[in-house]
Amino acid sequence: MGQEDITRHRYTDGERNLRRFHQAKWDEPIIFELSCAGQRGILVPEFDGKKETEMGEVLATVPDKMRRKEPPGLPELSQAQVLRHYMRLSQENLGADLNIEIGQGTCTMKYSPKINDQLAAHPKVADLHPLQHEETVQGILEIMYRFEQILKEISGMDRFSLQPAAGSAAIYANASIIRAYHASRGEAGHRDEIITTVFSHPSNAACAETAGFKVITLYPDEDGYPDLDALKAAVSERTAGLMITNPEDTGIFNPRIDDFVKVVHEAGGLCAYDQANANGILGITRAKEAGFDLCHFNLHKTFSSPHGCGGPGAGACGVTEELAKFLPVPVVQFDGETYQLDYDRPHTIGRMVPFYGYPPVVLRAYAWVMSLGAEGLREVAEIAVLNNNYLLKKMLEIPGVSAPYAEGKRRIEQVRYSWEALAEETGVHSEELGIRAADFGIHYWTSHHPFIVPEPCTLEPTETPSRDDLDEYVAVISHVAEEARTNPELVKTAPHNSTVHAIDHAPLDDPSHWAMTWRAYRRKLREEAD
Amino acid sequence: MSDKAVTYPYIPNSAPSVKREMLEEVGAQSAEDLFEDVPERLRVKDRMDLPQPLLSEYELKRHTEGILAKNEGGRAYVSFLGAGCYQHHVPAVCDEINRRGEFLTAYAGEPYDDHGRFQALFEYTSMMGELLNMDVVNVPTYDGFQAMATSLRMACRLTGRREVLIAQTINADLLSRIRDYCKPHITIKLVGYDPHTGQLDLAALRSKISDRTAAVCFENPSYLGFLEVQGSEISQIAHDHGAICVVGANPMSLGVLTPPADYGADIVCGDIQPLGMHMQFGGGQAGYIATRDDAATVMEYPSRLFGIAPTSVPGEYGFGDVAYERTSFAVREEGKEWVGTAAALWGITAGVYLALMGPQGMVEIGEGLMARSRYAMVEMNKIPGVKVPVFRAPHFREFVADFSGTGKTVAEINEALRTRKIFGGKDLTEEHPELGRSALFCVSEVHTREDIDRLTTALKEIVD
Repeated sequence: MGQEDITRHRYTDGERNLRRFHQAKWDEPIIFELSCAGQRGILVPEFDGKKETEMGEVLATVPDKMRRKEPPGLPELSQAQVLRHYMRLSQENLGADLNIEIGQGTCTMKYSPKINDQLAAHPKVADLHPLQHEETVQGILEIMYRFEQILKEISGMDRFSLQPAAGSAAIYANASIIRAYHASRGEAGHRDEIITTVFSHPSNAACAETAGFKVITLYPDEDGYPDLDALKAAVSERTAGLMITNPEDTGIFNPRIDDFVKVVHEAGGLCAYDQANANGILGITRAKEAGFDLCHFNLHKTFSSPHGCGGPGAGACGVTEELAKFLPVPVVQFDGETYQLDYDRPHTIGRMVPFYGYPPVVLRAYAWVMSLGAEGLREVAEIAVLNNNYLLKKMLEIPGVSAPYAEGKRRIEQVRYSWEALAEETGVHSEELGIRAADFGIHYWTSHHPFIVPEPCTLEPTETPSRDDLDEYVAVISHVAEEARTNPELVKTAPHNSTVHAIDHAPLDDPSHWAMTWRAYRRKLREEAD
Repeated sequence: MSDKAVTYPYIPNSAPSVKREMLEEVGAQSAEDLFEDVPERLRVKDRMDLPQPLLSEYELKRHTEGILAKNEGGRAYVSFLGAGCYQHHVPAVCDEINRRGEFLTAYAGEPYDDHGRFQALFEYTSMMGELLNMDVVNVPTYDGFQAMATSLRMACRLTGRREVLIAQTINADLLSRIRDYCKPHITIKLVGYDPHTGQLDLAALRSKISDRTAAVCFENPSYLGFLEVQGSEISQIAHDHGAICVVGANPMSLGVLTPPADYGADIVCGDIQPLGMHMQFGGGQAGYIATRDDAATVMEYPSRLFGIAPTSVPGEYGFGDVAYERTSFAVREEGKEWVGTAAALWGITAGVYLALMGPQGMVEIGEGLMARSRYAMVEMNKIPGVKVPVFRAPHFREFVADFSGTGKTVAEINEALRTRKIFGGKDLTEEHPELGRSALFCVSEVHTREDIDRLTTALKEIVD
């Protein structure tokens, strides 16, 4: 046998074949099942002053009822076993480092530069206690201060707090500031309504509600734009504010956003710009030009910090000078020589977090901006939008998919597609297509609820995939859509190449069967057996 | 900077030829065409005024490390700071796992994409459940502050009441957070303490509690370091009035101390930073909330809850969201508070930590912390004018030292310690004026006897 041309099986008619992907499958037990009595994963340093402080004597000071009788029922494993178990679990996870992560619309799953992770893990950050004397933390305070200056320029706002622990926490902080503002004008309780739109992130509604406001949700007009007439009908002397995303989760930019702000201002309300979707407008348009009083960014989205399976991320909320006095404490001040944490702000809404939020995330965001500069940020926006419009064109070549609303308009950084036509034709739903895509090593997410766009799928490529990545992604989606026609059962029973197969969700909504811990699971099984 | 077009390493399609071809593909003359729907009046007029970029990775690293070099601390100092952020040893395996790109860069995939994330977090909540002796633990929220604020709102929703009683010894910053978070609906009343022992004043509690009380809340070990030994009496008083007992508990203490559930706590909450997270200037915080497996209680969690479920293949573990319909993801403002990105990676890390430590490790570290704090208290109390501990009660790893008798302020003492490369305790003078010139000291397993002796020797010199 001679050497055969392996490459010819990888291409057909010059087109790349789909990957013969299979997700890692270790069939890993639950960690408690790996336990072996007496094993130790790590040893703890003993105290060499123990003789002087006999343990019996120490514990004798603790009343018996406060002393734990049995050690906690944790698993017992050697160190290599723990490592191997978690390495296997990590392999059973895709992550943006592995897949072409453009299917998680609204989340801006861009590449997170490794150098920034290295910097964030630096001992000069990792080992800092937050209550050390200010003179010993000038470096990290400088990073926080410098990054605030950057965000001020990117948004046009006058002051920022980097404290909110994530995007929703920043939305909540803004709602709290709106509440404090009206209270300071003697209108606490009178202005108790926040207006948002259904294509703004659900946290705009949920955080406003949590802050004590009644929520009014506007639905889009026929073209998918936020409805200005609906806003005019909604405002009143009870309007506390508007909390709105732009571009909305459809990727459509609202060109009359400044009119929305005017209407709310005239009614006496404040306006908060949810800039979680800012990736496509960096250097193009800002909160300031549209007249907003507050805004927020997600540093784990637009500013590249990794998403960590759902945090830690960081939210940054920015306000105009008039509202700066309400920001959470502390804020970082610079007197030209040294950086200080300023707590002396009598109108503050208070503390958001135990210390200052997630400084390593701020550090990553700072490093990311510094690697790009003003022109680079503009390039981020241009390519993110170019990639999205390229993807849109390619996606719309697939029969059965559409991009509802704003016909003939460009989309900014993402598109909420609809598989309504395909679902009607084949009976295969969008969610099922997304799960089948997992068999090819990619995934997509449908949409927040409610599904205003029927059979939705929200794609946001960001600036970091290559053209080949985009083409490959579309090829997979196209293939799966075709399968829905030719072999719908194959799609409906997916995944087939994943770590696990179709999950039975029924127990997860049934109080007698749901189990959020291993001990609850074991107990419920026993109860059932009895 | 030269004028030549930059191809950014993080932006592959910024390569001029590719960009040109793609623009052509979408029918645009230039990138400007892509923004035709953004009206001129909303445009940024000039290029943004930002610092010059550091285009090469090396320049970026050099610049950033240059700034970070201005930080001091770490191993160059002996630190006795705690107060919510703790200097414990972080096992190497914790860092190894949470730096894995598969975990670090994942987000919101389905269980089919991210089975590992779901299993790792299910195991985290399961191990926390063992530590806490409770059946339900959430996927981490932001931090211990958020966990307690949410626990109180959960208690109010569960009871239909709007007043909470909180021990006055609580961290003032935490109280600030709770006040803001509970503002729209909930009245907060503080319950005093015995000045000699720090213990909650049960008579005051009895006089303040009523059928309007949704929750009675305290921390154990308390913020000021002592143990609250009346847990069962407090929870009994709460329950007698139909109120919920909320306890903030540091998970590091639960190898040796009775879990709050065993003395009647209904909701237990706190921060998992001690379980394998570097201090990171406060960036290692993450919150937990735990309860019993009661359907009404579970439905009041705003957080995600991951549950175990069968799949179509016998013997295969699957996972998914429990009772998703209660969340703001599902029903916007109709959901419980809100849910979003929080601190999942620290939950995975805390799971790794607990798996490494095992039952014996958690017992040994708890005993070791108590031995060290005991030793430090005894030695510091020998110094003329220094009263340690302020509270006659058992302590875990933190304690209050009163320097009033030395004639020096805490700030002066800490300044003098700092010149000796020691970080003294958190200054409580403004926060707790009733405690005089006091500071909150913290020990951990990283402290040797020599480290503690170095502190006491320095203090002797300073107050002399």
